[in-house]
Amino acid sequence: MRGITKRFPGVLANDNINLDLNKGEIHALLGENGAGKSTLMNILYGLYQPDAGEIFLNGKAVKIHGPRDAIAQGIGMVHQHFMLVPTLTVAENITLGMEEQKGVLLDVERPSAKIKEIAKKYGLEIDPGAYIKDLPVGLQQRVEIVKTLYRDAQVLVLDEPTAVLTPQEVEGLFATLRTLVAQGVSIIFISHKLKEVKAIANRITVLRQGRVVGWTTPAEADEAKLASMMVGRPVLLKVDKTPAKPGGETLSIKSLKVMSDRKSVAVDGVSFAVRAGEIVGIAGVEGNGQTELVEAITGLRAQTEGAIVMESHDLPRESPRAGIAAGMSHIPENRHKFGMVSSYPLTTNLVLSTFDRAPFTKNGLLNDAEIEKNARTLIKEFDVRTPNEFVPIGKLSGGNQQKAVVAREFSRPMKLLVASQPTRGVDVGSIEFIHKRIVEARDKGAAVLLISAELDEIMSLSDRILVMFKGKIVGERETAKTTREDVGLLMMGKV
Amino acid sequence: MRNFSFAKLWSGAWPAVASVFLALVVAGLVMVVTGSDPIKAYTSLIEGAFLRPGTDTRPTAFLDTLVSATPYLILALGISLAFTAGLFNIGAEGQLYMGALASVMVGFLVKGLPPIIHLPLSLLAGAVMGALWAGIAGWLKATRGAPEVVTTIMLNYISYSVVNFMVNGPLRHTGTAPRTPDIEPSAVLPNMLPSPERLHWGFVIALLCAVAYYFLVYRSPLGLRIRLVGANKEAARYAGIQVNRTYLITMLISGGLCGLAGGVEILSLYRFMPSEFTTGYGFDSIAVALLGQGNPIGILLAAILFGALANGAGYMQFSSGVSNYIISVLQAFIIVFVAAPGIVRDLFGWIRIKRVAPALPAQGGTK
Repeated sequence: MRGITKRFPGVLANDNINLDLNKGEIHALLGENGAGKSTLMNILYGLYQPDAGEIFLNGKAVKIHGPRDAIAQGIGMVHQHFMLVPTLTVAENITLGMEEQKGVLLDVERPSAKIKEIAKKYGLEIDPGAYIKDLPVGLQQRVEIVKTLYRDAQVLVLDEPTAVLTPQEVEGLFATLRTLVAQGVSIIFISHKLKEVKAIANRITVLRQGRVVGWTTPAEADEAKLASMMVGRPVLLKVDKTPAKPGGETLSIKSLKVMSDRKSVAVDGVSFAVRAGEIVGIAGVEGNGQTELVEAITGLRAQTEGAIVMESHDLPRESPRAGIAAGMSHIPENRHKFGMVSSYPLTTNLVLSTFDRAPFTKNGLLNDAEIEKNARTLIKEFDVRTPNEFVPIGKLSGGNQQKAVVAREFSRPMKLLVASQPTRGVDVGSIEFIHKRIVEARDKGAAVLLISAELDEIMSLSDRILVMFKGKIVGERETAKTTREDVGLLMMGKV
Repeated sequence: MRNFSFAKLWSGAWPAVASVFLALVVAGLVMVVTGSDPIKAYTSLIEGAFLRPGTDTRPTAFLDTLVSATPYLILALGISLAFTAGLFNIGAEGQLYMGALASVMVGFLVKGLPPIIHLPLSLLAGAVMGALWAGIAGWLKATRGAPEVVTTIMLNYISYSVVNFMVNGPLRHTGTAPRTPDIEPSAVLPNMLPSPERLHWGFVIALLCAVAYYFLVYRSPLGLRIRLVGANKEAARYAGIQVNRTYLITMLISGGLCGLAGGVEILSLYRFMPSEFTTGYGFDSIAVALLGQGNPIGILLAAILFGALANGAGYMQFSSGVSNYIISVLQAFIIVFVAAPGIVRDLFGWIRIKRVAPALPAQGGTK
């Protein structure tokens, strides 16, 4: 790709970008949210037309008019959010749009055979007859990859492929990618996670604000250097914090039992307490009951047994309202589902749980002036990058959405903070910022319950670590007196 | 209304305007194919709906269009409010029936009150009855998760039977036709102008409802709760909004408006309850609500349009010879185009559309 430039109203998304991809290499495209990675790839995939610049494939200039064109030229893309139909089988999803017929009927056998052949060639074991909805996320992603290979992709673009995966699944993905590359497929790997880029890439191109700011290789650059290239200034990868000075118990959980959506026991008799002025981290591989635990504590899901006590008052079951009234703030794991109303402006989203109180409601009517003032204050204080406070929150980058959610939750008087995957899908600069705020909240006397699938995050923020495995707390450690390996073993249920 | 601009206003309104325009074109084509002259038909339609002056025996066309627009406006506001919360109130017709029945009952059973008390009381009875009727669906939705689409349709059928039974049975007037007695004069919603004009104070009530709708939906905390529940109910729940309670309240207000529409219609134009009180207003108003895109001014304009179609149809048939059934065709195409904005967008692809923050209207309409 040579001299690619793409302008959107008010933004220069790609500014004269050059990118080379050699056959059989993994080229990482590293940059913060909003750096222009996705725009560049959407141009390659034909979803956008560049304002300037050319794309060459095997030395020949090509014009790509749309995804169909891109596929025909051997370019395949795996989006961050999968494009799969949950109620169809693997084979049906893979052949979707290019079904083969046997007379008037769908030919089921031939595609299945081809899928199996691909699976064998690239080591991508998959059952063509399985339904997507029954597959774990890691396998769904594998289906997406097979889908592109089924269409004879020679260039594979992976957009933030690890964002939805557990550490184990990431390992699996990396193994797959190495096999693909060995078979001559070329891969563009888009990410903002330094560790992963360093682990998998042959070469790295760093983007910042629509420009290429540098090329490097994993051998030449360490994480700190990559981070500063990405953000444009030195970044603290470690969290600065003093030892905790815990006070009385703010939250105590008593033999809590919670069911999952599938009516199986997700949280199995869990008890623990979080004191004012400390950060308690809950470590664990995703899917071990953390989501249900958080939902029960925050009132989004009813527990079947047990009590949630805040400052010696039992919270009623399934009442987020009561939690909020008791001084609970919640950074939800699923920002899009719970944390924000995408089509509504920042102004509304920043008063989502407080708009019916003074000063935002006056004489029974909403007070726009106060609501907007609140938005402007929080936008400034939490460094939310937005043209103005009336932009629908869904139009902001993930990092800025998350900062807005954090800003809103921190804007209420806070006795307890439940932070669930607080930095998921968030860029390095914002992670640093959010971590700092969480520690500040602790130092101001809030009790903090941190749930994260990123062990690094747990290790660097928590004062005390609880490890969850199969719905139970299987271990408790003082962060200062434990190691990654120790906690890692607990996470695998090895007590 | 922050950041107000005509560009924004237009971007909210253009799909509706384009839908009406396209529907006029397509219905015109239907007329051409069937051998009629669409220009003549539309000219006489406009004449019959807006331009014909009144005479000693005939009301002014435009004022009569407002009479027809009155129930559309109140009903569509009710339906639109439900849309805002993500609810589909198909039971407007039934709520209108029950509201009309309650208003009439208070209108002729209660005697000896001055109009200043009796009329509001009768209207209130209609609104309360409509609210309770829709409230059944709201309550079932809130407590049992029963889909309101199904329950409101069911309640429509029950309401027809209830009205039929009451009018043919306990409330039957001593006469040949099955109908209730006339309401007391003190319960009549009077005309605004001398006869033969039919414009009555109900139109003013409808306008007041539109103003109240604006304040409720866009200026009050309750309205924001309703909008948030409609936009993302999980996020609303997360933020401490009681979603089920909001559903119930929304259905109560929505049904209240529909019941009020029934009261207004029956206390002004009929002044008794006939047994065959088939209006169809409740269903047409779903289209009015969709066309209005959740904006009270849009709903007002859409109601006037539908009022005009209803009012001008007769004259159009009389003076151009085109069957007034073409009006139904026209209405149907309006609904098709409003409900499928993709068609409109493709047809008008050359118009640069900038999607603007739906901070205000355009929220509920398309659900």
